Amino acid sequence: MSFAGILSTPTTFAIESWPMRFFHKIPFLSGGPTSIFSPQATPAHAIFGVSIFVLAITLTIFLVVAGLLAYTLVRFRHRGGDSATEPTQVYGSQQIEVLWTALPILIVLVLFLATARIINVTERARKPANALDVVVIGHQFWWEYRYPTLGIVTANELHIPASDPAAPTPTYLTMTSADVDHSFWVPKLAGKMDLIPNKVNVMWIDPSQPGLYLGQCAQYCGMAHARMLIRVYVDTPLQFAQWVANQKQLPANSASAAEGKKIFENTACINCHRVAGTAATGKFGPDLTHLASRDTIASGIVKNTPENLRMWIDDPESLKMGSMMPKMHLNEDELNAVTAYLTALK
Amino acid sequence: MTETTAVLPYGDHSHGKLWLDTVASWITTVDHKRIGLLYIGYALVFLVIGGIEALVMRVQLSMPNNHFVTPAVFNRMFTMHGTTMVFFVGMPILFGFGNYLVPLMIGARDMAFPRLNAFSFWISAFGGLLLYFSFVGGDGLYGAGTAPDVGWFAYAPLTARIFSPGHSTDYWILGVFLSGIGSVGTALNLVVTILSLRCKGMTLGRMPLLAWIYLVTSWMVFIAIGPLTAAQIMLLLDRSLGSHFFDAQAGGSAVLWMHFFWIFGHPEVYILVLPAFGFANEIIPVFSRKAIFGYPAMVAATVGIGFISMGVWAHHMFTVGLGPAGNIFFVFATMIVSVPTGIKIFNWLATLWGGKIHFASPMLFSIGFLFQFLIAGLTGIMLSVAPFDWQLGNSYFVVAHFHYVLVGAILFMIFAAFYYWYPKMTGRMLSETLAKWHFWLFLIGFHLTFDLMHVPGVLGMPRRVYTYEADRNWGSWNMAVSIGAIIQTAGVLCFVWNMIRSYRKGKLAGADPWDAWTLEWKTSSPPPHYNFAEEPVVESRRPLWDLKHPNETDTEYE
Repeated sequence: MSFAGILSTPTTFAIESWPMRFFHKIPFLSGGPTSIFSPQATPAHAIFGVSIFVLAITLTIFLVVAGLLAYTLVRFRHRGGDSATEPTQVYGSQQIEVLWTALPILIVLVLFLATARIINVTERARKPANALDVVVIGHQFWWEYRYPTLGIVTANELHIPASDPAAPTPTYLTMTSADVDHSFWVPKLAGKMDLIPNKVNVMWIDPSQPGLYLGQCAQYCGMAHARMLIRVYVDTPLQFAQWVANQKQLPANSASAAEGKKIFENTACINCHRVAGTAATGKFGPDLTHLASRDTIASGIVKNTPENLRMWIDDPESLKMGSMMPKMHLNEDELNAVTAYLTALK
Repeated sequence: MTETTAVLPYGDHSHGKLWLDTVASWITTVDHKRIGLLYIGYALVFLVIGGIEALVMRVQLSMPNNHFVTPAVFNRMFTMHGTTMVFFVGMPILFGFGNYLVPLMIGARDMAFPRLNAFSFWISAFGGLLLYFSFVGGDGLYGAGTAPDVGWFAYAPLTARIFSPGHSTDYWILGVFLSGIGSVGTALNLVVTILSLRCKGMTLGRMPLLAWIYLVTSWMVFIAIGPLTAAQIMLLLDRSLGSHFFDAQAGGSAVLWMHFFWIFGHPEVYILVLPAFGFANEIIPVFSRKAIFGYPAMVAATVGIGFISMGVWAHHMFTVGLGPAGNIFFVFATMIVSVPTGIKIFNWLATLWGGKIHFASPMLFSIGFLFQFLIAGLTGIMLSVAPFDWQLGNSYFVVAHFHYVLVGAILFMIFAAFYYWYPKMTGRMLSETLAKWHFWLFLIGFHLTFDLMHVPGVLGMPRRVYTYEADRNWGSWNMAVSIGAIIQTAGVLCFVWNMIRSYRKGKLAGADPWDAWTLEWKTSSPPPHYNFAEEPVVESRRPLWDLKHPNETDTEYE
């Protein structure tokens, strides 16, 4: 199936169709930043469509069977005045057994065909030539994002361009892990996909509304699994172009940061972190080249303010228990200087 | 011995025996009834421990950014809770009832291999103790204790030595491995017992449905435990001898472990739920005062579930990247399981239809089971729709779904089984008043916890997180879920108190307190060591019905 065709596939409900509107009116199910019932990209929409279909079928089955059960319990309850005789013994009926075997088989076939269709449109979608490629690598306990065609490496905050439904420019995420299993889950954009070492998985997203989309790691990956948050920034084409241009530049050298840079480059920081154009070429931790351009640190758990950054450098455990980043035992002056340096990495 | 003298079962002190002799007699016993009770008692102890672990987690999760326990403790709690509840509560309690009931229901005097039976129990029990010894020796005897923190399905490569140093994962491997040996031993014993020790006249077609279910379940244990044991050995080799089965850094496969684990793990769900169906098959007819509807269909559905459940394991792996062909196959296999399962629900419904339904405690829990298992089955269908699972998999929706199966269906039927067979096991009735308190408290707590737990899953909350952000709108749901857990605890306390109190003060039960129809009610309560003074002879599926209604026996209708 060609990519643009997916958007008009009949098994997915149109955005303005009544079931969609109905569900959007239930605040407790579609509210919050990570509800699966307020989809903002085609894969999440397709899933939402088939979900409504399945919910309708299962709800009908529930009402019929539970209603029948409740009716039976009331109607055939033992009453005090009953005679002591036993009720008529019935041992079974072949016709009835055939009926309630055949009926569920029919329902299963319908459900199966609807499901197979959605699997095909999402997993077998042909990749358009103008798709953006991003490589996502899971780490304990942060996300690495590499843009091979743009020559950008960043961490924890994924920037992608909004996709115009008339001329889709989806983003293809090629995923793997550097250590243990992780899972990439941003409910408003798509279902989750696991990141597994020694295995490459691919998923795609095509959100049309610019904005910030949240999620988090959905496969238990160790001590700080709960603190491995995902932030996807869907930019307008112009914002995205600006972001790319900024990421491609080397950070400016400022005089106030020189002292901090020297300390940074003379401690073990550079064994794990990279700052492009400097002696810091580590690969174990997040790339810090444009750290100050990010809104958050420590994989989305706190705002990127100088105070939080200082606290993080001083004692990572105080913000995120289980973090792989060691305490560097810097003194107060050194902490201030390194914080100033990192804050300047715009 | 007359009916009016209160004789305590098993603990007969009248001959001046020391308490030590009593203990020794329990340790050395090969009587299937005593081994069954040992299994059940052992499982109840672990049920309390696993329950406490669940409560710790619920307190921690009741509010966002809570600091009741550290992430390290929380991760150990969910690992130990899952491992304990599956391997050291679910399996032993079901084997316990099987051990106790199957020989009685088929008119045998014991299991086929009494010594193997005792061995199987004690090796399983040792496995549980070894797992919990990790709290003391997990970091090596010289260090502080710890416990496994890799999750109950222990996905590779988190279990590799580099990511899980110390010994806690080794304790997990060995504890589960040993319990598996015990499970295979008891499964073998049950199969041979059922196939070769049935009393005169009891053809396979006249066997109580509970015995049929234990036959199928035991076959499934044979098939399912093998891959798990093999995988545990491979993991042990990876950790101790430097092999690379699951070590992705050295070219091993993390996905291989998932396949091995779930080839065991999914049939395991049916291994646990089938005996619950078996209890329902015995209890629902007796309290509806009707024969089970569609006996042959029930047997066929059980065998059908046994076969199909072997081919559905990768529905636990829809997000692993199996590719569309693999996903579509496992969607179909998983959905088709709902057909035999549906047949069972419809047959129970038809059994109730036209009956005279008595709402005694075993039946109350069975009715809870019917509604809750229906819901669990329907959320299961939702999860079998792979795209829906891409959203819901590994979220709290899944946690709610499988607790609906394990608690709403299985645990409810285990409680029903206690109320139904406790009189047979001890000679005393349980208090109906306490039973009603237990039922209503547990029912309310259960629904508060597990109905509401679906919602945070829909709102994007993954499982196994020790805490969460306040801005996600999960907080109030989790608070309500935690309150439900406390109400459930109160219900369980009523149950425990009822069992302790009724052991001495309960009303005397007599041989057949429920006016039931299967052979276990023919002998005294508790049954003598040899079960039956003379071998019973049966001519239908309900031998005691035939005795009670000589003018309209079942034999004419089967």
